Amino acid sequence: MYPQELRYSAEHEWVRVEGEKARIGITHFAQKELGDVVFVELPDVGTAVRQHQGCAVVESVKAVSDVYAPLSGRVHAANAALVDRPELINEDPYGEGWIAEIEISDARELDQLMSAAQYEGFVKGA
Amino acid sequence: MAGGGSPRRTPLNAVHRSLGARLFEFAGWEMPVQYTGVLEEHRAVRAAGGLFDLSHMGELWLTGPDALMALQAVTTNDAAALAPGQAQYTFLCRDDGGILDDLIVYRCDAGFLADGPAEPGYLLIVNAANITRDAEWIRAHLPAGATLTDRSAATALVALQGPVAERVVAPLAEMRLSELKPFRAAHAALNGARVWLSRTGYTGEDGFEIYSRAEEAEHVWSALYEAGRPKGVLPVGLGARDTLRLEMRYTLYGNDIDETTTPLEAGLGAYVKWVKPAFIGKEALARQQADGVRRRLVGFIMVDRAIPRRHYPILGAGEPIGAVTSGSVSPTLGSEIGMGYVAAGWEEPGTTLHIDVRGKPRAARVHQGPFVLPHNRRQSGT
Repeated sequence: MYPQELRYSAEHEWVRVEGEKARIGITHFAQKELGDVVFVELPDVGTAVRQHQGCAVVESVKAVSDVYAPLSGRVHAANAALVDRPELINEDPYGEGWIAEIEISDARELDQLMSAAQYEGFVKGA
Repeated sequence: MAGGGSPRRTPLNAVHRSLGARLFEFAGWEMPVQYTGVLEEHRAVRAAGGLFDLSHMGELWLTGPDALMALQAVTTNDAAALAPGQAQYTFLCRDDGGILDDLIVYRCDAGFLADGPAEPGYLLIVNAANITRDAEWIRAHLPAGATLTDRSAATALVALQGPVAERVVAPLAEMRLSELKPFRAAHAALNGARVWLSRTGYTGEDGFEIYSRAEEAEHVWSALYEAGRPKGVLPVGLGARDTLRLEMRYTLYGNDIDETTTPLEAGLGAYVKWVKPAFIGKEALARQQADGVRRRLVGFIMVDRAIPRRHYPILGAGEPIGAVTSGSVSPTLGSEIGMGYVAAGWEEPGTTLHIDVRGKPRAARVHQGPFVLPHNRRQSGT
């Protein structure tokens, strides 16, 4: 449910660090809460993002949900597959349901993210 | 809710929990929003069938020698035209023509789920959020020879909607279902329970709305569920109920119509019968008709990919001309659809509008009528 190699934010995003880049998405907990994802508003490549600020939007049938950048940086890539298949976020939130890749500007921000064990405890209390 | 009490539960609450439904609060009731998922449930209704708990809705029972007169005075449609067992869609309006509620009215010559001798009357099916207000309003305008009884708490309502509905219900109901036409209802026995079986619905598909005593609700639900499952029937929550009605361009009270809108603005003037000598709101509506309706409810399909949401501004030639009242995805079409009010002159089918989606204008096109054809018309291509 919460892959060990990832880091997690309090807003239910996950981060996979690959060198100077971070791939992000929303967690299993978040996709379950949302229900069927029917639309994703991806960030434009090249956009600057700040930690904790909205960088994408994920919509369910009923609700509009902001995705907050877990790290500051610049958007390097966005998952275009989500345009035609937003349900990938429900089906494979850590794999094919990835949302964006960010070039990290401040690696110290990683320390603020939770480990898988910490995040699991966090959602149990939610 | 006044007093801050916990939400009310329908007689089927335990059933929803046992099916793993996600529950939420709606109009003071704890209701299922989904069981397996909104999209899956929506598609099941269009392809086979869905089973809905609608017991939160209100059933008001109007009786007495002046019942018809009482009904005619407070509603816009002409109830005198009803044959026994026939239903019609109508409005309760204020003096200024604003809509207090939209409702279905039945003429019930043989009573409604009566134990003893059947007293003829009119059955009013009202929105859950408006039960108390509607009852108070009607009672405030009742002549001496009419009585209004609120039967809501004692009545359960289950709906089976979809192309397989008749095949599922027919073996259970001891009557010839093919003879029950749309907008007709009759007393029947369903697996031994006495029900008021109505060929009506809110999805656009063929289907039935089945009224029973509250204490027999589980019995009715179980019979339909067991008979329906092998034919692809799924339990369906209010999430899919909303996407299904939106595809049919049906209005939802509280979103598309409310006290600030009139039936004429909503494009529902067919349910206002000028032939009636008097009813509350008639003068105001006649004035509006004569002066010209200043805004219109339209349906629209998104041209740019974005989901229109309630309250998003609608722009015409860059200027604000109205607002979205309902919007979502259409699982059947694979597009995004919505409804909203626009200034008169902007309602022509094909007109380009822009929806302000969180600060960005997204193009849409006005669409006339339902967005989706119901199953029987999809099959025949009509």
